[in-house]
Amino acid sequence: MIHHTLQALTPDDLPKVAEAENAAARDFEHTIHVCVAAGCLSLHSDQVKQGLEHQIQESGLTHCRVKGVGCMGLCSAGSLVSVRPEETLYQAVTPDDAPAIIESLSGAPVNRLICPTDRPFFTQQTRIVLANSGEIDPERLEDYIAAGGYQQLAHVLNDLTPSQVIDHVSRSGLRGRGGAGYPTGLKWGTVAKAGGPRKFVICNADEGDPGAFMDRSVLESDPHRVLEGMAIAAYAVGADEGYIYIRAEYPLAIKRLQTAIRQAERAQLLGSSILGTSFGFHVHIRLGAGAYVCGEETALIASIEGKRGQPRPRPPYPAESGLWNAPTLINNVETYANIAPIIANGPEWFASIGTERSKGTKVFALAGKIVNTGLIEVPMGTSLRTIINEIGEGIPEEHRFKAVQTGGPTGGCIPAEYLDTPVDYESLASMGSIMGSGGMIVMDEYSCMVDVARFFMEFSMSESCGKCVPCRVGTAEMYELLSRIVQGRSSIEDMALLQDLCETVKYTSLCGLGQSAPNPILSMMRYFKEEYLAHIVDHVCPAGLCQFEAVAQEVQL
Amino acid sequence: MVQTVSKLSEDEKRRRMIIATMRRNGYAPDALIETLHTVQSAFGYLDDTALRFVAHELHIPLSKVFGVATFYHAFTLKPEGRHRCILCQGTACYVKGSQVILQAVTRAYHITPGGTTEDGELSLLTARCLGSCSLAPAAIMDENVVGNLTPEHALAALEGLTTS
Repeated sequence: MIHHTLQALTPDDLPKVAEAENAAARDFEHTIHVCVAAGCLSLHSDQVKQGLEHQIQESGLTHCRVKGVGCMGLCSAGSLVSVRPEETLYQAVTPDDAPAIIESLSGAPVNRLICPTDRPFFTQQTRIVLANSGEIDPERLEDYIAAGGYQQLAHVLNDLTPSQVIDHVSRSGLRGRGGAGYPTGLKWGTVAKAGGPRKFVICNADEGDPGAFMDRSVLESDPHRVLEGMAIAAYAVGADEGYIYIRAEYPLAIKRLQTAIRQAERAQLLGSSILGTSFGFHVHIRLGAGAYVCGEETALIASIEGKRGQPRPRPPYPAESGLWNAPTLINNVETYANIAPIIANGPEWFASIGTERSKGTKVFALAGKIVNTGLIEVPMGTSLRTIINEIGEGIPEEHRFKAVQTGGPTGGCIPAEYLDTPVDYESLASMGSIMGSGGMIVMDEYSCMVDVARFFMEFSMSESCGKCVPCRVGTAEMYELLSRIVQGRSSIEDMALLQDLCETVKYTSLCGLGQSAPNPILSMMRYFKEEYLAHIVDHVCPAGLCQFEAVAQEVQL
Repeated sequence: MVQTVSKLSEDEKRRRMIIATMRRNGYAPDALIETLHTVQSAFGYLDDTALRFVAHELHIPLSKVFGVATFYHAFTLKPEGRHRCILCQGTACYVKGSQVILQAVTRAYHITPGGTTEDGELSLLTARCLGSCSLAPAAIMDENVVGNLTPEHALAALEGLTTS
């Protein structure tokens, strides 16, 4: 294995490093990939990796090696191990399985551990953002370069002008993956045109939506991809400094990012005079401190400035006046991860994937009452039915599908009759939900929709920053109204009152949190009105969850 | 005797960690959150003396430091118990019954989220989402993520934790 560290690379060095790395890899007859992303790590995949390494040493094998890689997607089957070049995938591997796996290298695979890959979970995905996840070692720069990494940055710096880069991104049709879906090229163009001596590029990795772990996984599995995207963005808009704002709850992602930044700086892929050019770009990491509202861009900027994370009115938009009042580009992790492939394959290629107005792919985190929980990437426009019934393999224990919740706590719940809708920004909005960052939580008939709405409202209420009245007071009042309904203390007038309050909060709140906080209630009153009426009029919870008297007593305590 | 010396140097070590963070950021006021993270990881919580020290060094009014310290959920102004249990209350965990687990733990230990048992053994916290949705319902007990919990599992695991 090559162990000398890469230093001060030039554009010509990149293909050489890649070739040397790939040649070294060919010396091994077998490479065993072990997932070392957070999902499998919590099932002790690090011990599996050690066990395999130990076993290789014991057996005196020199032609095979073990490689820690990022997320392979099917988190519910962890720890996942993949043997190359056979591409045999093993599931639920424990350290005790190491001898059997090593022994099988010279013979038949270990049948009891095999995870079949000829099923929709694996065949129906299109992996662009996640192309390197599960393939490369996220802690080795050489591995990323061997997969073609940083060659697009070199290409951009040497062959394209900033406006050509922006033109590429615009023509690809890429839209912001943080949820709002603003055209990325347009945003880059605005920041590029803004004047001023300093500009900043920010990566929003404050993935606060419960049930969403796409950004965490990308950063844990392929951190250099995000850095390359940010550097290309910085070149395009004319910035020389960048910040990654990441939640402190993701210690592993933070560690891998720090490692990646250090490696890239040493190799002159970040820092001053990148790849021997006059372009420089310095990246800093800033840790979040557990405030959901900091996912909102102006609140995020306040937090980077060391203040309380409270949003401010827009305009001016950060593109004109952002961090320290300088023009600032803010994009989400997944947006940056899409940049290098767009430059590599061309905007037309990217625009050929997806629907008319939503191009490319989207990474979703599947969770809740679904057989296959984990991370998937599908073309925009894939139907919810394909995602849930085929890729997710449906609901466990023969329960019935009731609703899928998209867009986090401020998204909406989509019922069974809309399952054939293609997933893109517009169709989700028309159903009263939002794309959000990509969390998808499946619910079965045992989830009570009033209680779910109350759960989300509790979230919005306690995460409201308290700056504007509609959100601060409105979320608390909506929570109280929903509590009354689940406790059987409400009257039919409360429905109208709740509806009215939702509209008020939606149209008068300062930032996206308040404006979208009523979404869960509105969408559930639209699709599950009978369930609300059953609680209010008949004092019955159709899901059998709300224990009217018992809950009422507990409130007394 | 030896203990006193090592204790003093322990405190000094923490102080130096905090100074190092501030110095790395050029004592800029915008390094406040970074510095508070360091204080919390060194002391386990934000104590009064440390807050005053940081405010003084970074030239920020104490009221602002206090405002930031109380705005963000990650910071705590109270010392924690010997062991820590963070129950995830994210949507995936909620759908899979995290509330029943929370109820079981609060009843068994007579504490509410954010509280510590009287004997200082266990602190109970809740999290918005641990990102371990595939293991829902999940919790972090001390440093380990434990998943697919039931109330019985959770109580047994806590029992093991606090008697260890």
